[in-house]
This record gives sequence, C-alpha cells and structure tokens, in this order.
Amino acid sequence: MRTGNRRTRGLLSGTVVALLLSTAAWADPASDTKQMRDFFKARFPTVALEDYANGLYALPGFEEFRDQWLAFRDLAPYEIGLANGKKLWETPFRNGKTFSSCFKNGGRNIAQGYPYWDKPAKKVRTVEMDLIDCATRNGSELSFVNANLDRDQKARAQLAELSAYLYSLARGKPLKPDVDFTDRDALKAYEQGKKFWWARRGQWNFSCASCHVNLAGATLAGSQPLSAGVGHGVAWPAQRTEWTRLETLHYRYAACLSQMRARPQAHGSEDLNNLELYEKIMSIGLPLQAPAMRN
Amino acid sequence: MSEQRTRIRTKTTDDGATEIFVLISHPMETGLRVNPQTKEKIPVHIVQKITFYLNSKEVAVADTGTGVSANPLVSVRVKNAKKGDKIRVTWTDNFGQKDEQDIVLGDGA
Repeated sequence: MRTGNRRTRGLLSGTVVALLLSTAAWADPASDTKQMRDFFKARFPTVALEDYANGLYALPGFEEFRDQWLAFRDLAPYEIGLANGKKLWETPFRNGKTFSSCFKNGGRNIAQGYPYWDKPAKKVRTVEMDLIDCATRNGSELSFVNANLDRDQKARAQLAELSAYLYSLARGKPLKPDVDFTDRDALKAYEQGKKFWWARRGQWNFSCASCHVNLAGATLAGSQPLSAGVGHGVAWPAQRTEWTRLETLHYRYAACLSQMRARPQAHGSEDLNNLELYEKIMSIGLPLQAPAMRN
Repeated sequence: MSEQRTRIRTKTTDDGATEIFVLISHPMETGLRVNPQTKEKIPVHIVQKITFYLNSKEVAVADTGTGVSANPLVSVRVKNAKKGDKIRVTWTDNFGQKDEQDIVLGDGA
C-alpha cells in the first residue's frame, strides 16, 4: 500500500514537472534576447550593444585581432567575391529577367527581414533558399541550383557571393527577422533552433553555448577566437582570412560543428535554418554588416 | 580578361608616408594539390612578380611564390608621394597572364 502510494505520488509530481517543463518550453523570444544581452552586459561591461555587430572584434582581449581586422577597412579581400556577386545578380536569365525580379523592391533594403516565416509551408526561409528558388524558377543553370552545397565548394562560394551582394544592398539596416511569434509553428521552429544552440553534441560534448557564452572572449584550442552569442549572423556571408573566399553562414555552422568534433548538419537543412532564426533573434536590432571579414 | 583582377587603394599613414594596397584576384595554386575526383595534380599557377611604380619610376618589386595565399593582398609604403602622383601596379604569373592598374593619388587617398 505504502509503496503504491509513493509511486502514485512520484507519478503525480512527475506530471507536475512535465507540465512545468512544457510551459517553460514555450519561452518568449523577446525575453530570451533580453536575458542573453543582460548576461553579456554583466560579462563585458565596457562593450556597447551596437559593438556586438562587429563579432569577436568587439570583445576585450582581442585588440590584436581587431587591429588586423581594421587594416582590412582600406581594401577588403571580400571585394573580389562581392564584385562577382554583383555581376551574377545583374546577369539576366535566359528569359531576360534578373535576380532582382524575384525580390521585393528589387532586392534593396530587404535582407534585414531574413530569415522570415513562410506561414503556408510552416518553414523558416533564408536568403539562400530564396536565391536558389529564384534561379530554379527562371530555368537558370547556375552551378548552385542542383549542387550538393556541402561538397561543392565552387557552387557554394558562388551562392555566397550572390547572397553577399543581396545583403550588401541592406548594409547598416537593423536586423529584424520577419517572424510572427503568435504563430505556434513559428515559435516551435524558434524553440528547435534554441535547443540546437544549447544542446551538447560531438566528441567534446560541446554546445554552441560552451564557446559563445562560457568561453566568449577566449580562444578555442589556441587558434580560434570566440565571439559572444549576441551579434551572430549580422556579418554573414563573410570571408574568414583562412578561407580566402566568401562563404555562407551555414558553411560557417558546419565549420563550427566540426571544430567542436560533431557531425555537421546539411547546408540549408531545417536544423540550420532554425538555428539561423534563433541566432538572428538574439542579434535583433543590430546593424547588418555583411559581407565582412571574420576570423 | 574582362573582369577586374587588380584593385588598388592608398592611405596616408601617420608619419606622412603613403601606403599602397593591392588586391589581386588569383588562385595561387601551389602545384601540390590533387583534384579529388580525377586524382590529377593541379598545376602550379602563381603570381611571380608584382611591381609598383610611382610616376613611371619603379619603387618596389615583390617576388612572390607558393607561400602566398590565394587572392593576395600586398601593401608597400612610399615616401614623398603627393597629390596628383600616378601609381601603377603590374603583375605577371607563371602562365604568362598579366594585369596592370593605374590610379592617381587624390585628396583623401
């Protein structure tokens, strides 16, 4: 009898905990953002919120990296990629239309609204998805249309250059992902991205937060300076000095994941789209910097 | 070659010298890489010489090799350059490709 009672009590408290968890799971993106920012405000009191758009170069202790980065202001190596992107953007498809025909306002000042929520499809949409769809709809034979973007570096770099040009048309605009969180499915996608960010994975049992919250401002394995969790995504597509070419945000995620000894998710997969949504909600309101140089 | 392969910027440094930056769009293949699909070696393709001229007078030469990254960014400092001076940068690679670019030093440059 007694054991039975205890078991029922255990079950009951179990359901209470489950209920609490399920309500806690529906967190509010705005309060998540505030919590994250308050954390970094306490951690790095000298860094202004706007500075986080400069990624790791905003953090104290990275002055040498910052000096190197500022030296690129005069002539940034990504200019080659950006010029290629501009050329691609302006080259008409066989039907005479160009990429600007697929975007509102001809692509000007719209990139800050990405990623947006596609309500009928219940999916997060990124700039890269829209570019690929636009090329497909217009019968383009550009290499990234059917390529495996994880394997095919040339195709991915081409997509990155094109996407960098679209982002550059909205440079300086405050990031404002066009997602309506009263839609339960959108909130769910955000939750999944949040879970991805905080979940541990890989051989090192690291999460994104291990580096970008706990170790922010330090270097990983002596070579990779680590940025704070606020300000991610505003500068991508970017060129890392070791890459010598522009690359997409999702390729950076894949590089991050392999740096933490985890198997990367596919380029453009739902996991990474949701992660992009979560990261950009954390960076909401920060000015777009893409394309940029990064370490 | 219709696309622009050489870009030049200049900046006046604190000590009054002029810094010339050059960015070259070039693959800089070392000849050590192998094409993973065909298993064929990718031939050496490197910029071998970058020359800087100030008013048609050679002021700096860089002999570059396989240790230089793809799309190299090179800069040199010149003294006594003033507004209106012409700067020319030329380069050649081992395939015989070459490019040159001229700029005139402006006010803010």
